[in-house]
Amino acid sequence: MTDVVWLIPALPLAGFLVLLVAGRRLGEPGAGWLATAACGGSFLATLVVYAGLLGEEEHSRSSVTTLFEWMPVGDLQVDVGFLADPLSIAMALFITGVGTLIHLYSIGYMHGDADFPKFFVYLNLFVFSMLLLVLGSNLLVTFVGWEGVGLCSYLLISFWFTDEANASAGKKAFVTNRVGDWGFLLAIFLAFATLGTVDYGELAAGAGELAGVTATAIALLLFLGATGKSAQIPLYIWLPDAMAGPTPVSALIHAATMVTGGVFLMTRVNPILAAGYDWAPDVIAWVGVVTAFVAATIAVAQNDIKKVLAYSTISQLGYMFLAVGVGAYVAAVFHMITHAFFKALLFLGSGSVIHGMGGEQDMRRMGGLRKVMPVTAATFIVGWLAIAGVPPFSGFFSKDEILLYAWGSGGAQGRALWAIGLVTALLTAYYMSRQVFMVFFGEPRWDEPVAASAGAAAADGGEAGDGTAGEAGHAEVRPHESPWQMTVPLVVLAVLSAVGEVINLPFTDDLHFLERWLHPVVGANEAHIDVATGTKWALAVGAAVLALVGILVAAAVYLRRRVRAVEPSVLAHAWYYDEAITRFAGGPGTRFFEAVAWFDAHVVDGAVNGVAALVRTGGRRLRAVQSGFVRSYALGISAGVVVLLGYFIARLYV
Amino acid sequence: MAVFGSLSQPLPADPTPVETPSVDWAAAAPLLVLVGGALVLMLWSSFVRSRRATHLYTAFTCLVAVGAIGAVVPLWREVQDADRGPFSTFGGAVGVDGFSLFMTVVIAVAVALAALFIDDYLRREQLESVEPFVLVLLSAAGGVIMSQANDLIVLFLGLEILSIAVYVLAASHRRRVTSQEAGVKYFVLGAFSSAFFLYGIALVYGGTGTTNLIEILEYFSTTVVTDDGLVLAGLALMLVGLGFKVAAVPFHFWTPDVYQGSPTPMVTWMASGVKAAGFAGLIRVLVLAFDAYAVDWQPIVFALAVATLFVGAVLAVVQTDVKRMMAYSSINHAGFVLVGVQAATDQGVEAALFYLAAYTFLIAGTFGVITLVGRRGDGHHRLDDYRGLARTQPGLALVLTLFLLAQAGVPLTSGFFAKFYVIVAAVDAGSTVLAVVAMLSSVISAYLYLRITVSLYMSDPTEEGAPRLRVPVAAGIALALCVAVTLVAGVWPGSIAETARDAVPVLAAVG
Repeated sequence: MTDVVWLIPALPLAGFLVLLVAGRRLGEPGAGWLATAACGGSFLATLVVYAGLLGEEEHSRSSVTTLFEWMPVGDLQVDVGFLADPLSIAMALFITGVGTLIHLYSIGYMHGDADFPKFFVYLNLFVFSMLLLVLGSNLLVTFVGWEGVGLCSYLLISFWFTDEANASAGKKAFVTNRVGDWGFLLAIFLAFATLGTVDYGELAAGAGELAGVTATAIALLLFLGATGKSAQIPLYIWLPDAMAGPTPVSALIHAATMVTGGVFLMTRVNPILAAGYDWAPDVIAWVGVVTAFVAATIAVAQNDIKKVLAYSTISQLGYMFLAVGVGAYVAAVFHMITHAFFKALLFLGSGSVIHGMGGEQDMRRMGGLRKVMPVTAATFIVGWLAIAGVPPFSGFFSKDEILLYAWGSGGAQGRALWAIGLVTALLTAYYMSRQVFMVFFGEPRWDEPVAASAGAAAADGGEAGDGTAGEAGHAEVRPHESPWQMTVPLVVLAVLSAVGEVINLPFTDDLHFLERWLHPVVGANEAHIDVATGTKWALAVGAAVLALVGILVAAAVYLRRRVRAVEPSVLAHAWYYDEAITRFAGGPGTRFFEAVAWFDAHVVDGAVNGVAALVRTGGRRLRAVQSGFVRSYALGISAGVVVLLGYFIARLYV
Repeated sequence: MAVFGSLSQPLPADPTPVETPSVDWAAAAPLLVLVGGALVLMLWSSFVRSRRATHLYTAFTCLVAVGAIGAVVPLWREVQDADRGPFSTFGGAVGVDGFSLFMTVVIAVAVALAALFIDDYLRREQLESVEPFVLVLLSAAGGVIMSQANDLIVLFLGLEILSIAVYVLAASHRRRVTSQEAGVKYFVLGAFSSAFFLYGIALVYGGTGTTNLIEILEYFSTTVVTDDGLVLAGLALMLVGLGFKVAAVPFHFWTPDVYQGSPTPMVTWMASGVKAAGFAGLIRVLVLAFDAYAVDWQPIVFALAVATLFVGAVLAVVQTDVKRMMAYSSINHAGFVLVGVQAATDQGVEAALFYLAAYTFLIAGTFGVITLVGRRGDGHHRLDDYRGLARTQPGLALVLTLFLLAQAGVPLTSGFFAKFYVIVAAVDAGSTVLAVVAMLSSVISAYLYLRITVSLYMSDPTEEGAPRLRVPVAAGIALALCVAVTLVAGVWPGSIAETARDAVPVLAAVG
């Protein structure tokens, strides 16, 4: 049954093509339903393949279906093939499953938008690219999907392209990812040059023969790619800005699927990581945990409902990289899946709130919404408890698993990783509770003007972007519950967030379903920790207590108003990282990411400062050369002649 | 040489007839089709005077191009035939191998694309005449000669036939001063660089005693040269001439000015066909004949490639005129092809061939769209003129987006594999540094393509009253072809890549 694996990406591709041709004719809601059906069909196909794999013996649960010979490279041949194995199917299951729910949700959310069909064109293209990414049988097919999701992300963020903020955010996403892609491509070439293959099966088999330095280089270059796609330090700046796009996009791309691509990649190449130097995984673990912590601190002081979730996503992805770094691949995938459930839920819930509030995104203008939006509130609260790490919701178990492995990785480093992770868990509980209390509890503040001093954080991009544009007038806000297409996905995701932990319960070995499922792929390089059962319980109880502490503190601050809120402006401004980059945009190293926006403001708008100034001061001579005078061009050519001749003559006598 | 030898001897009583080299006319068929087509077109135009004549000229030019491709097919079979193989003719001056045939097809395709874009342009600018078509065909004939040349003199002849026609094309918009200026600049600088090239040939002749590439190769393999100053200096000067044609930095100065000033559809030809021919000559000289000197010229090509990649990418980003941007972008592309040349391996040449084939469609398509957006007067080339194009012309904007993404090297387009193959070739040849530099430059230039794309999809048109663009039939056909090839080669690059693999250049003896 595994040979129908090609159907999984083919259905969204077919949906994309049909919508591209006939999208306008199908109109609303036809185009939306078609796209949803394509994604749903893909989910069913994934189930079939899953069943097929289950029927196999554990060691033979891996099959490559080659579609066609793709391209000859030197003496090698690269095929377009799909790899159906436990890891790729686990990914495909939640991508298509959550993807279908988000498609359904979008039908309600995008209601009335002039570009309704086009939105679904992109959405299906995205699902196709993402499936290509996870199902590809070699690095190159994965790379095609990798670029494809980046492109879709860019297109979907700039969906309302008349909006300058969106277009700029889209560009930031594209260019930052391009830097990451550069690392990815270098890794591919390096694998080519040393192992002569990019096929996952052959890479895993040949990784052992790699020199330590080469394996480390490939792994870290892939990790550079992963930091771009999965928004880790230092390439994370695009993700908060990407929230300018429509909310279902944020849910699908920037929470549930695309951003996990980096974690998937690192899990996929675990044999290479294992063949490298020991410090390479440590780098990944530290980047992960520091990102988790920094992003959590920033989330504490955001007022835009989506930006809180954006930084929270960065933080949770940091946990996953921490897991990869300490060799807890199963825990990484486990958290990836539960995160897909609860973060999609939270994003869609926030979209429902924004929809009900008529486009408002500032949490200071919300409050008391649980009375008017009961379904949204109830489901959001489930998502909140899941991410905050309250047992028995799913997030508690997956996060606890990661912290356990961090603790178990031993030494002072293991303790440090664990401690930072734990503090981050506390912060997570705190900022998520803050969000829930500000949005759904307390007094309604729907018509209150926001204090001018606090406007800064909301103003930088998020405010302008979202929602069913046009009805955002502040005259009188009457929040209302969203239509069934939106609430049904919320309920389904809430159930999954609540019980998603059953795929890998820690209590007895019999309950480690996910671990056994993934064993053929990661088993060989999975870390084995030796922690006493009592310690395990102590760690789990400690984490749970800490989560409750976080919630109680937030309640004291934002619900009871007993304590004054501490929201330092340094956190509201995301540690000034973004601004710092902007300020030093002239520097060569930073030019490629944030300076993009800076370039744009100065060059696209035709102002002769900015880059032009750079060129003028730095390259006055260069300008003089490109003067338009034939004589100076001839001089330039002559100079070239002299250099060339000089070189050859020098070769003669040296 | 035999001729000079016989002069020094006393004349024999009854003079033996001079032996003319055997001529395989079939081997010259593609060239003859192009030249013959140009001549027929010129004669025909003096008899036929019709208002619809431009359409006919276009159709005829395309027919000639297709005919040239058709003439390649039997030759290609012959060359691929294990019993026959590549061969030389015209006394060893013209080589028929997979490489020259591949380049002939690329050049013929560029002719057809250019003609399709020129068609409506001439009507729009009220410049209806037959000359542009004739000139493109003649220029293409020069290009074909260059890609077949097995003799430096023949190469030079081809270069001049190619160039002189292009100078006229650059200046062919009679009422635009910028076009005149472009023509004069191109001509003066072209003549300047040709002089270097010719002098280089003279020095190589001085050093080796021959201008024939086959004999040069033989000379180096059989002779130990103790004092090779002449050869090296000659090589350097020839590099200047060819570097000028392919717009390698620092011989690129003319490119932005000429591309900006010339009529846009003529730039289509300059950026595709002319560049391809230049690389054909460069590869024949460097990789084939001067293989023995690879260690000497590789560092130079390395330096040229690095400079070309970076100047192209960086200066493209700071332009505000789209034609200038694309001029620098084409310089950047030339850098990529140079990366393939620098490898000095069969794989490198394959990669360069694939790159040139893919790039011809990309750049022709891009300049085709620019031709249309330029509107009457060919003056709307500021970035601002592209703002909001997606609103008024969604189809055209989508097509341009595709070309730009392909130029940026995004997967599922031909551009990705073009860059991919070149970089793999460089890595395999041990030029890892160059591979990394090339990729860095593509990160920089990605920003350029993105900038134009964003303009397309953002903001309202600055001139609300601007009339809707109409995509003429001929240009539509050309664009459709470019889009199709770009996408198909992006998904199934195999067929082009394998053809390029079979097109490895060989210096074969006369046969």
